[in-house]
Amino acid sequence: MSKMIVSPSPHIHSKDSTRSLMLDVVIALMPAVLCSFVFYGWREILVMAVSVVSCLLLEWAITRFLLKKPSTLCDLSAVVTGILLALNLPYTTPWWVVFIGAVVAIGVAKMTFGGLGQNIWNPALVGRVFLLVSFPTYMTTWSMPQGLFGADAITGATPLGVINEGLMGGASVKDIMAQHGYDYGQMLFANLGGSAGEVCAIALLLGFVYLCCRRVIKPWITLTIFATVALTALIFWGVNPDRFTGPVFNLLTGGLILGACFMATDYVTSPMSVWGGVIFGVGIGFLTMMIRYFGSYPEGVSFAILIMNSFVPLINRAFHQKKFGRK
Amino acid sequence: MSKRSFAIGGVHPHDNKIARDCRIEALPLPPTVYLSVAQHIGAPSVPVVAPGDKVKVGQVIAEPGGFVSAYIHSSVSGTVKSVGPRADLAGRPVTHIEIAVEGDEWLEGIDTTDTLVTEIPADNKAIIEKVRQAGVVGLGGATFPTHVKLSPPPGSKCERVIINGCECEPYLTSDFRVLLEKGEQVVVGAAILSQVMGNVPCTIAIEENKPEAIAHIREVIAKLGFGCVDVMELKMRYPQGSEKQLIDAVMHRQVGSGGLPISVGAVVQNVGTALAVYDAVQKNKPLVDNVITVTGECFPKQANLQVRVGTPFTYIADCLGGVPADAAKAISGGPMMGKAIANLEASTVKGTSALLFLSEKQTRRAPETACIRCGKCADACPMGLEPFLLQKLSRSQDVEALEANAAQDCIECGCCLFSCPAHIPLLDIIRTGKGLALGAIRARAAAAKAAAEAAKK
Amino acid sequence: MTNTIIWTIAIITVLGVLLALVLFLVAKKFRVEEDPRIDEVEKVMPGANCGGCGFAGCRAFAEAAVKAPNLDDNYCPVGGNDVMAKVAAILGYEVKAKAPQVAVVRCNGTCEARPRLNEYDGFASCAVKAALYSGDTGCSYGCLGCGDCVAACSFGALSMDPATGLPVVDEEKCTACGACAKACPKRIIELRPKGPRGMREYVSCVNRDKGPVAKRACANACIGCGLCAKTCTHEAIVMEGNIAYIDPAKCKLCRECEAVCPTGAIHGVNFPKPLDKDAVKARIAERKKKAAEAAKEAAHE
Repeated sequence: MSKMIVSPSPHIHSKDSTRSLMLDVVIALMPAVLCSFVFYGWREILVMAVSVVSCLLLEWAITRFLLKKPSTLCDLSAVVTGILLALNLPYTTPWWVVFIGAVVAIGVAKMTFGGLGQNIWNPALVGRVFLLVSFPTYMTTWSMPQGLFGADAITGATPLGVINEGLMGGASVKDIMAQHGYDYGQMLFANLGGSAGEVCAIALLLGFVYLCCRRVIKPWITLTIFATVALTALIFWGVNPDRFTGPVFNLLTGGLILGACFMATDYVTSPMSVWGGVIFGVGIGFLTMMIRYFGSYPEGVSFAILIMNSFVPLINRAFHQKKFGRK
Repeated sequence: MSKRSFAIGGVHPHDNKIARDCRIEALPLPPTVYLSVAQHIGAPSVPVVAPGDKVKVGQVIAEPGGFVSAYIHSSVSGTVKSVGPRADLAGRPVTHIEIAVEGDEWLEGIDTTDTLVTEIPADNKAIIEKVRQAGVVGLGGATFPTHVKLSPPPGSKCERVIINGCECEPYLTSDFRVLLEKGEQVVVGAAILSQVMGNVPCTIAIEENKPEAIAHIREVIAKLGFGCVDVMELKMRYPQGSEKQLIDAVMHRQVGSGGLPISVGAVVQNVGTALAVYDAVQKNKPLVDNVITVTGECFPKQANLQVRVGTPFTYIADCLGGVPADAAKAISGGPMMGKAIANLEASTVKGTSALLFLSEKQTRRAPETACIRCGKCADACPMGLEPFLLQKLSRSQDVEALEANAAQDCIECGCCLFSCPAHIPLLDIIRTGKGLALGAIRARAAAAKAAAEAAKK
Repeated sequence: MTNTIIWTIAIITVLGVLLALVLFLVAKKFRVEEDPRIDEVEKVMPGANCGGCGFAGCRAFAEAAVKAPNLDDNYCPVGGNDVMAKVAAILGYEVKAKAPQVAVVRCNGTCEARPRLNEYDGFASCAVKAALYSGDTGCSYGCLGCGDCVAACSFGALSMDPATGLPVVDEEKCTACGACAKACPKRIIELRPKGPRGMREYVSCVNRDKGPVAKRACANACIGCGLCAKTCTHEAIVMEGNIAYIDPAKCKLCRECEAVCPTGAIHGVNFPKPLDKDAVKARIAERKKKAAEAAKEAAHE
């Protein structure tokens, strides 16, 4: 008989591990990734490859040479960051810009704070916002794709960008929408123009439902963001439909679904309690709409999430779980 | 009506009740038994026999060492060989009484027949005294002396007796088999308990994964006609068998921090305890044996055995074909709250519910990685605590913050460690923090008491 | 333009003066009267904030020392006699010099001598392990090997030796603050006087089991045979519940106990020469012979 093991209870463990949870997130992102490949072709595959590979490489190099700790590649968190970063960039982004984004995401936003679990802000979003501020040209002009392996076509802007510009020019929302032929059905299935991940809302929602079913994430945060965005938009649009865009339009554009389903629900940078999550979601939804309506950037999701990320430690402190037998 | 359960947290480990179809069999008597004097919570008992004494089954060999303590009876007939320290299952020296088995002669007055006695004596005081004399302790895990539980402090009123038949721990099937095979006795025991507590209603709570037991007990109640006893089917969820969670599930009342079940009008007794109470009151039979599940996927034979208290674990394992080569951990009790056995030579005690063998793959802990703040531990905690925070505070030994965050409320159910995807040994660490918080609370209470006494003088 | 500049300067100056006034008044109002000697004492402290003195840190020690009527109960083990002399000079107290101490690990149950009977798979902490069971060896008194003492040391003076599975004290770095002794759930670590030129003799075992039990668990255990106590001519060794204890105040470092110990549980460290057991044993035999002869003669007379 070999030596018996002795340990405190419990003696069994659930099948969950950090790796299995991250793998579930990767699986949930697959529909969106495949859609982006189908709509944007080989250049999107290139962006995705550069992003994932450089995230993995950087994480490995930093743990190996700077932190001198065992490698954390196996937990797959770098893969998730890589995919999310790629989905947050337009498919036309040059490879070196993607690489810089990865450096900021993994090197600055994640590993500087001590790696997985320690970072305050969502790494992929920090990478994206850094690129948005530093390389606005690459990040805000989009070429209309022509499907898999197709050539580039007309250069355009995102629906939100178009409306923002149009409004500054004095036109009304209705006119602009009619002029550009925006239609909600198209946005739901093939929202051309924008970050790669925004292309197909249905694919993203499919992933979200998968994560909820697997109990990887709880739906509260995402649902409150949607609700807040819809409500805020409804009020403003109700007051002045010429000046403000409506709720459906706001829900379907500008990476809101991507952000609400996959970035705001990141474990590390979101509150743990249900009510904390609701406050967090309301904050993101409201800030997003304020930035969209009144800010100079056409989009607000990334900024809103990062701002609310900063409040997470405070929210965690204020909202605790209800304890058994206590008031 | 939808099935009830407790309000907060909980986990769903696979129930693995692989021994559920094994009938209860009596284990052949071992050549020697070793009876520990510390088989219950409270003061250890005081041995009243000396080496060379002849004892019969059911004879008192150790007397209570205080109010919260219990009688210990010889579980076999034979000669006392020695009284002295012997390593318990954790390898710690504890006084044991060693008895060499000679035949199987029971003390006069003990009814060893199977005849069911349904006539309950009217004198409650006499019943409690019988329970005390029989050395009955809670068999749900805590081994709290039953007679103490049946004598609630003045001013508190019991509204419901709950018989705990949840058996929410994976693998364990002894309570299930007792419900199936000795259901009549359990029901009579439950009726006795409900009478003692003041003719209050009594609920036998059983989880939904034991439909046979639920149907059988319902039948028995109808047959015997005990109107005060009913059966409640609960959802399957761990740790439903924990006292506080069970009261929450059955009565929708939550026992406050540091409070006793009686504070919300509940008294909880295990199925095994109800059976022991029946034996003690109706048959004059002290607690000398209990039903133990011997199980594990790596163990060649599954069994539910009627085992005399004090039987060495090695003897039990050898009777069923020996400890398998691929067994990596032996556990006394279930896999969630049971104790790992460091010393298989140790013997069973009154509260032993199972001997479980797990393979290396099932039980080896994965290396600890960084906390990803997923909050799964907080979701799982049935007490609504935040294990991720408590483990941090425990590591830094911040007693004040530990107390403020209710570390003392931890019931050590293991849900946090079970569910942590980063494999952080949360409960291991929190136990030390709980100790610190409890120590601080007790020290304060002692100081307040001393101050009050000083003020009186 | 000039106007703007002048206005700016004027406003900022007035604001500055006003704020300075507020600060001054607040500081005066909320000034805490403090003995200036506390600062002075704190300045000469080592500043490690280790808690070895029994207070939360050096500042807390300084406050306590200033308040106390003498320095008898307050001693900084890290700073030792030098620092205490300075403290005494500031406060005008007398200080009793203490012999410098060092942490001593009283377990020599190496992996070889003390075979592992099971494998611990819980959180790597001696406190957790000790609360769970008697340990992964047959000895329920010895070192658990999880390194709580190493974690408790704020001077980096302790490390685990992977070959023996026991902690090793770096005498140069050890300040005898006692944090390790407090952290050890088995109470194995003792603070002992360093001894002349670091030489000292101690029993490296705390197993209170009876001889055969202890021996079965660990080849290096003190079996409580009492041979050392019988041999010692300085009455420095006492037997307490199956273990020998050497009183450092009485020990004359003759190393006879070390030579006669059948299990090698007695350790002598920092001696210039290795112990020649046979020579010492011969010396003891010689002495005994002489004593026996003397006794015989005395009987004759």
